[in-house]
Amino acid sequence: MALQSENHNMVFRLVIITCAMFGFGFAMVPLYDVFCDITGINGKTNETAVVYSAPEIDTSREVAVEFITRTHKGMPWEFSATTQRIVVHPGELNTVEFYVRNPARRDIVAQAIPSVSPGTAALYLNKTECFCFNHQPLAAGEEALMPMQFYVDPQIPDDVTVFTVQYTLFDVTARADDPKSLDNPFLSGSNAE
Amino acid sequence: MSNVADSTASNDATLDGHHGDAHHDDHHDHIPKGISRWLLTTNHKDIGTLYLWFAFIMFLVGGAMAMVIRAELFQPGMQIVDPNFFNQMTTVHGLIMVFGAVMPAFTGLANWLIPMMIGAPDMALPRMNNWSFWILPFAFLILLSSLFMEGGGPSFGWTFYAPLSTTYSNDSTGLFVFSVHIMGISSIMGAINVIVTIFNMRAPGMTWMKMPLFVWTWLITAFLLIAVMPVLAGAVTMVLTDKYFGTSFFDAAGGGDPVMFQHIFWFFGHPEVYIMILPAFGIISQIIPTFSRKPLFGYASMVYATASIALLSFIVWAHHMFTTGMPYQAEIFFMVATMLISVPTGVKVFNWVATMWRGSMTFEIPMMFAIAFVVLFTIGGLSGLMLAITPVDFQYHDTYFVVAHFHYVLVTGAVFSIMAAVYYWLPKWTGKMFDITLAKWHFWCSLISVNVLFFPMHFVGLAGMPRRIPDYALQFADFNKWISIGGFAFGLSQLIFLALLIKACRKQGEPVSDQVWDGAEGLEWEIPSPAPYHTFDTPPVVK
Repeated sequence: MALQSENHNMVFRLVIITCAMFGFGFAMVPLYDVFCDITGINGKTNETAVVYSAPEIDTSREVAVEFITRTHKGMPWEFSATTQRIVVHPGELNTVEFYVRNPARRDIVAQAIPSVSPGTAALYLNKTECFCFNHQPLAAGEEALMPMQFYVDPQIPDDVTVFTVQYTLFDVTARADDPKSLDNPFLSGSNAE
Repeated sequence: MSNVADSTASNDATLDGHHGDAHHDDHHDHIPKGISRWLLTTNHKDIGTLYLWFAFIMFLVGGAMAMVIRAELFQPGMQIVDPNFFNQMTTVHGLIMVFGAVMPAFTGLANWLIPMMIGAPDMALPRMNNWSFWILPFAFLILLSSLFMEGGGPSFGWTFYAPLSTTYSNDSTGLFVFSVHIMGISSIMGAINVIVTIFNMRAPGMTWMKMPLFVWTWLITAFLLIAVMPVLAGAVTMVLTDKYFGTSFFDAAGGGDPVMFQHIFWFFGHPEVYIMILPAFGIISQIIPTFSRKPLFGYASMVYATASIALLSFIVWAHHMFTTGMPYQAEIFFMVATMLISVPTGVKVFNWVATMWRGSMTFEIPMMFAIAFVVLFTIGGLSGLMLAITPVDFQYHDTYFVVAHFHYVLVTGAVFSIMAAVYYWLPKWTGKMFDITLAKWHFWCSLISVNVLFFPMHFVGLAGMPRRIPDYALQFADFNKWISIGGFAFGLSQLIFLALLIKACRKQGEPVSDQVWDGAEGLEWEIPSPAPYHTFDTPPVVK
């Protein structure tokens, strides 16, 4: 019957739309990241190291960068920024350090998640080295100084004179199944200093 | 507009499926009896009835939960339930009213009315229709049974924001996820059925711009449903895998983002609110012309306004998230886009008022509900406009002002329109006029109590009372007492409706004419009352 095949055709097309929209729901996940990456809306910083391109240092301008630390619920580490505020010229390379100590009786693997406020400044914060790029393990009772090296892009808009970088430490021990990850590269570094 | 009598005269087959007609297939000759009639039915009228009764039962169940909430909030302090159970009540009340009451009621009305309005013998996919109804009771059985689990049912709000629904929820979340999946599958199947029916089964001459507005609004709603229900299914699936399978869609520690949950949820959630109001617009656009005895003012503009609202609904979702720290450019965009929706909505309200203007109005029960809808929905729309203003929303966000807003548009909007629709078409379904005295009691008790219930919520909200809390500061005590009294009265008023519906289903009352209401126009008023089990086996010719 003509009507029946017409109906079935239409159902077929509508089911395809339905499946496509189900897929779109999941596609929103990478799209969201790409969108936030391009616009800097979410205050997310680069997740892998950038190469310092040694841009011309704009000595006429000063930008204050503030650092806040916090630990997520259930994360026992002590976590603080040794430099809480640093005034930099756009283009110059700076290093700041963060102190962590694991007071718990168990080994813990941490992951730091950065967030920049105002979000638009995140586009101009370039990190050449950061403890947040990797999982950071500490055995029970250990402490470490974790470095973060960055420069502020000279293209940063004039109206941004100060921005804040917040790091939140999460306990990801349950996720970190790689046994080698318990070697913290910064551990020896902090002992040497 | 149309003339069915003509086609009856020109065809030897009967139009309306009078029983025992020699020309008919054998399926006409009897209506199956007993429980198997309802379990196995593929008849759009039976399935419509099932949907409507199911929605009404869910309305009473969800209402009972609201009574628990209002009893706890009658006085400040903790009296009756513990906070965890209170949170389960707010969560499940919301889920049941949205997915169990309002949406199935509209689907039930669509099943009953769309074939009769477009001159089709049934829905296009009758077996799928049966399936899409009968999975629904199981969805809610799963959801309700989760309340009896150890630790209780879902308690994270009907919006199930991560990480409340992932990190901090108990194991009933799995049941919640599967029940939402089933509800979604049911709605999507219903929507596909509506679209195919409207596209392929219209009677000859029933052109697009002759379709009754209820059909138009449902067509657009059905497209919204297949566009966004799969996104909801995706969101609950992500919650499920985040909670049980170690993914990190919404977990910042694993590279995900809890704010992204809100984006995905509200990408579904905002079109969802129009899914719950567009069919209401269609119902009101059917009722007001009948009792004003004038054609609907601005039919074409109504169609375009409905389509515009549907399209705009996809670009306003972040107005639910103004306080998440979006950049101000984004806040301005979502503020302006949201305010833009009030333009097509304003067109509709204007058209309804213009239809009544200088009409020969009478005030039968459906019309009283329709007029109450226009006034009270507009109040809800205006408070929505206030909430759209970003800086103001920073104060109103998550207060009782929001609760007042969405209950005005959903209870005095969607629910009142459903009641108006039931009163309007009930005599056509049963062939008997309902008990008008009871209906008047129902209307006036509901109208007064619903305003005692929801209007003071504006005040406590503006004064800063947060939503979803089992206790509150002392200065809100008086208003909350009144709100609770209004709530109990509104709940009891619905028992009048229950009594009226039981009487109507027992076919008590005066027989009605085919047209039922003086001034009613459309194909459904040209078939006999009560509507025969099978209608339009031979399509009518619409002129």
